Amino acid sequence: MKLPIYMDYSATTPVDPRVAEKMCQYLTPDGMFGNPASRSHKFGWDADDAVEQARSDVAALLNADPKEIVWTSGATESDNLAIKGAAHFYQKQGKHIITCKTEHKAVLDTCRQLEREGFEVTYLDPEPDGLIDLGKLEAAMRDDTILVSIMHVNNEIGVIQDIEAIGELTRARKILFHVDAAQSAGKVPLDMERMKVDLLSLSAHKIYGPKGIGALYVRRKPRVRLEAQMHGGGHERGMRSGTLATHQIVGMGEAFRLAKAEMAQDNERIMQLRDRLWNGIKGMDEVYLNGDLEHRVAGNLNISFAYVEGESLIMALKDFAVSSGSACTSASLEPSYVLRALGREDELAHSSIRFTIGRFTTEEEVDYVIGLISQQVNRLRELSPLWDMFKEGIDLHSVQWAAH
Amino acid sequence: MAYSEKVLDHYENPRNVGVMDKDAKNVGTGMVGAPACGDVMRLQIQVNEQGVIEDAKFKTYGCGSAIASSSLLTEWVKGKTLEEAQQIKNTQIAAELALPPVKIHCSVLAEDAIKAAVQDYTAKNAKG
Repeated sequence: MKLPIYMDYSATTPVDPRVAEKMCQYLTPDGMFGNPASRSHKFGWDADDAVEQARSDVAALLNADPKEIVWTSGATESDNLAIKGAAHFYQKQGKHIITCKTEHKAVLDTCRQLEREGFEVTYLDPEPDGLIDLGKLEAAMRDDTILVSIMHVNNEIGVIQDIEAIGELTRARKILFHVDAAQSAGKVPLDMERMKVDLLSLSAHKIYGPKGIGALYVRRKPRVRLEAQMHGGGHERGMRSGTLATHQIVGMGEAFRLAKAEMAQDNERIMQLRDRLWNGIKGMDEVYLNGDLEHRVAGNLNISFAYVEGESLIMALKDFAVSSGSACTSASLEPSYVLRALGREDELAHSSIRFTIGRFTTEEEVDYVIGLISQQVNRLRELSPLWDMFKEGIDLHSVQWAAH
Repeated sequence: MAYSEKVLDHYENPRNVGVMDKDAKNVGTGMVGAPACGDVMRLQIQVNEQGVIEDAKFKTYGCGSAIASSSLLTEWVKGKTLEEAQQIKNTQIAAELALPPVKIHCSVLAEDAIKAAVQDYTAKNAKG
């Protein structure tokens, strides 16, 4: 077993060696390095063929038409293009947008920007299990609502929102529906024929493809219009200019093709490992699972170890890579905004660890982690005055703390 | 974030972890911080009749730097008079452990902890 063990697959995944091998064919002088926009020679045609093949492979995973796929630099750009692009194009019809407090910062910060431009945004509170109450979503819809943006799988707690049901609500009111599917593509079935999703953000590096490439699904029937955010040579039907990164796109296409072929067996294996990990941990005193277990993506466990501070625990777990809060926000010392939105107390939010496992995780690694966790949590609890107080039966809420 | 060698050493081998009888007359207890902020320190000192700190114990809920700051503090206060112990400054702790700017609050908490412990001891013994 190689140390440290990687259990942070929601932050990013390693590129599958089969994907890397394919990407290498599109870089060097003896490879197909041409610009896919070059229409006058074989170098360009070969690159264009590869790009279009990748477009088909990405579309196939979603059961969409390849013409509905627009290449971007990643899910953050896709979220920006979808939300700003739709808001700017449709602003004459209304200026109200609905999203949720537990969305990724790429959605929340984009909405904040639109607020500065005069749009109005409703941020829904999720239920304590992390899921959105459809009744509350429906109640938030107004005559001037033009867009609803809800993620499919949450990056921190892994819960799966019912986007099929949300799509029924939005379509009935002719409101556009954007879904950030960065954490769900290749892990949860997506079907654009059945689901009434209008815009869907995708990323390659969460499913064993390379970083720096993503896509936005833009529905054609009924047609969705966007105002471009990146101007230039009119690539991607004018929606996103810029020379296409052939090798990156080929990598994303191959990753999506493999995901479609292997999703069922991957999920079964990962789910087994996830359950093994949870079963090995849940018997400990005072551990809490954050987010619903049933409506949850296979590879995610987000656990609060009460009376142990998360950063110190991560320090103790230096033999494996996990995250506290999410990688995008853990530069700050604030507890996770996602866990707070679920109504988790600050101290439990401070004590949370996200384990995300994936294609290359082994049973041996999971067992090693279980052993190390119980040992280190016990050690840190022996160091914790809060654990002493809990053992003495003192209610920590009754204590007058001096906030600092 | 990279931790200094000294922080790692105190974190992995914390000195003077433990509990004293908080009701004993010769013991002063300082508990500072709040769970919601992510750190709570409990420092206890045992003081002899000459006003010298004979022993010190701590327990800390917090990040590695908070644990290291309190562990170091217990080493420093032992053998000091109450007067001397109160002179310990957070900047000295931060310098000794090479704490990065985002972790300075851990050393501030340690300074608060020794002040609170001395205060508790003094109050207890003034009542007589």
